[in-house]
Amino acid sequence: MLIKKPAAIRPTEITDPALYLKRREFIKAAAVAAAGLVIPGVFATPRRAEAAIPDVHKSIYGTVEEMTLLKDITNYNNFYEFGTDKYSPAQFAGKMRTRPWTVRVEGEIKRPKVYDIDELFKIAALEERIYRMRCVEGWSMVIPWVGFQLSELIKRSEPTANAKYVEFTTLKDPIQMPGQRLSVLDWPYIEGLRMDEAMHPLTILAVGLYGDILPNQNGAPMRLVVPWKYGFKGAKSIVRIRFVEKEPLSAWTKATPQEYGFYSNVNPNVDHPRWSQAKERRIGEFFKRPTLMFNGYSDQVAQLYAGMDLRKYY
Amino acid sequence: MSFAQPAPHHVKWLKAAAFIACLLPLARLVWRGFNHDLGANPIEVVTHSTGDWTLNLLLITLSVTPLRRILEWPWLLKLRRMFGLYAFFYACLHFLTYIWLDQFFDIFDIAKDVLKRPFITVGFTCFVLLIPLAATSTNNMVKRLGAKHWQQLHRFVYLIAAGGVVHFWWLVKKDISDPLQYAVLLSLLLSLRVLFWLQKRGLPKVALSQR
Repeated sequence: MLIKKPAAIRPTEITDPALYLKRREFIKAAAVAAAGLVIPGVFATPRRAEAAIPDVHKSIYGTVEEMTLLKDITNYNNFYEFGTDKYSPAQFAGKMRTRPWTVRVEGEIKRPKVYDIDELFKIAALEERIYRMRCVEGWSMVIPWVGFQLSELIKRSEPTANAKYVEFTTLKDPIQMPGQRLSVLDWPYIEGLRMDEAMHPLTILAVGLYGDILPNQNGAPMRLVVPWKYGFKGAKSIVRIRFVEKEPLSAWTKATPQEYGFYSNVNPNVDHPRWSQAKERRIGEFFKRPTLMFNGYSDQVAQLYAGMDLRKYY
Repeated sequence: MSFAQPAPHHVKWLKAAAFIACLLPLARLVWRGFNHDLGANPIEVVTHSTGDWTLNLLLITLSVTPLRRILEWPWLLKLRRMFGLYAFFYACLHFLTYIWLDQFFDIFDIAKDVLKRPFITVGFTCFVLLIPLAATSTNNMVKRLGAKHWQQLHRFVYLIAAGGVVHFWWLVKKDISDPLQYAVLLSLLLSLRVLFWLQKRGLPKVALSQR
């Protein structure tokens, strides 16, 4: 596959730091003007018990935008297995045991295998990938993931001609995951990708964040990251990767098919039935910014969807 | 002090206490803001908190009449206007948060939202409907409108409260447990009114108890 431009961001898009600092000043002023209602908040300082990951390579992929603060990435989460409140995962995910942990890789492949998680960490060189993350709810972050390309695992598994899609399953364990005691979604959480999407070099399995082991609330020990799709496509705490012939029915599509489709590509022109997707609020910023087609990764991924009606395949 | 018939100066104190209590949610928000304790998405917290308190105060306002009758505490009526005006106050803050902090006065986007997004259409309509109620809340306005007309106008609050719950219901992504709680409470408060109305129409008590 030909990847023309690894840089996912136009030079004009990069804010001059001086200007950026000025804007920060303005944000502060605005905050004071609003009688203290809008001071960009600081949540509890995160505990960094996680170990640093050695030998992380810098990747040619990714953005140079200012990264979202670690405390925001690790406190403001949608991980319904630990509750529907944004701050619940940080509160309740700590107790989840991520060792021992196995990932069953199966389905339409020649080499099915139950991998120990530590074995998976070694199948390819771990890279830092700084990706934009756009949530379907209208906010976004810039996150320095550590991980490896899903394509590495796929190649190793030798898919058969019947493998048209890849299905990801999150752990189902209501004892460890209190959110699963409520039937908000049909557990376990299922997500899926088309084979070419799964093979795309931007698609990674993330095992770390900011150079350290992935915190539980972000989907430890291993999660999917597909930066041109809405965040919920990134299945967390994966226990099974299955190669299938038919399009998997993902958890959100099952719950509300008219609102969440299989593709769920970031698209400012196709609104959620109940809210606009044209803009987003980058966490840490005051003003909303326009949402970019395919979350700014058009150059790399638009060809995957050539000729498809993205209003129909939302 | 008797709660059924407190002395006038006690009612004054209760009113003052309620006035301060209604300001506490705002005070807490401001406090958290100054202490950088509004989390990763402060604007979302402010939006949700002001919205929650609009609904809370609408329901508190609507519970005055049933409580007054059930407990036989007539003086509760003296608090109703204040609760109603506080509901309007938090609705104003909620609306202001939306047009200022969320949309930053982007008139085009706001208009599009109001017309295209059912949950915003409903929320906006309820806010607009609250304005005449707030404007006619003075004793003078009751006199000018006449008690009957005034009461007819203020019955809109039932519609507004229901609209507020619908507004909340339609905006949540999946977990409807919070709006459901409001819906249950509101249904209870409205059914009590139906019951009182039936009683007033003089239906036999037996018929009522069988319902």
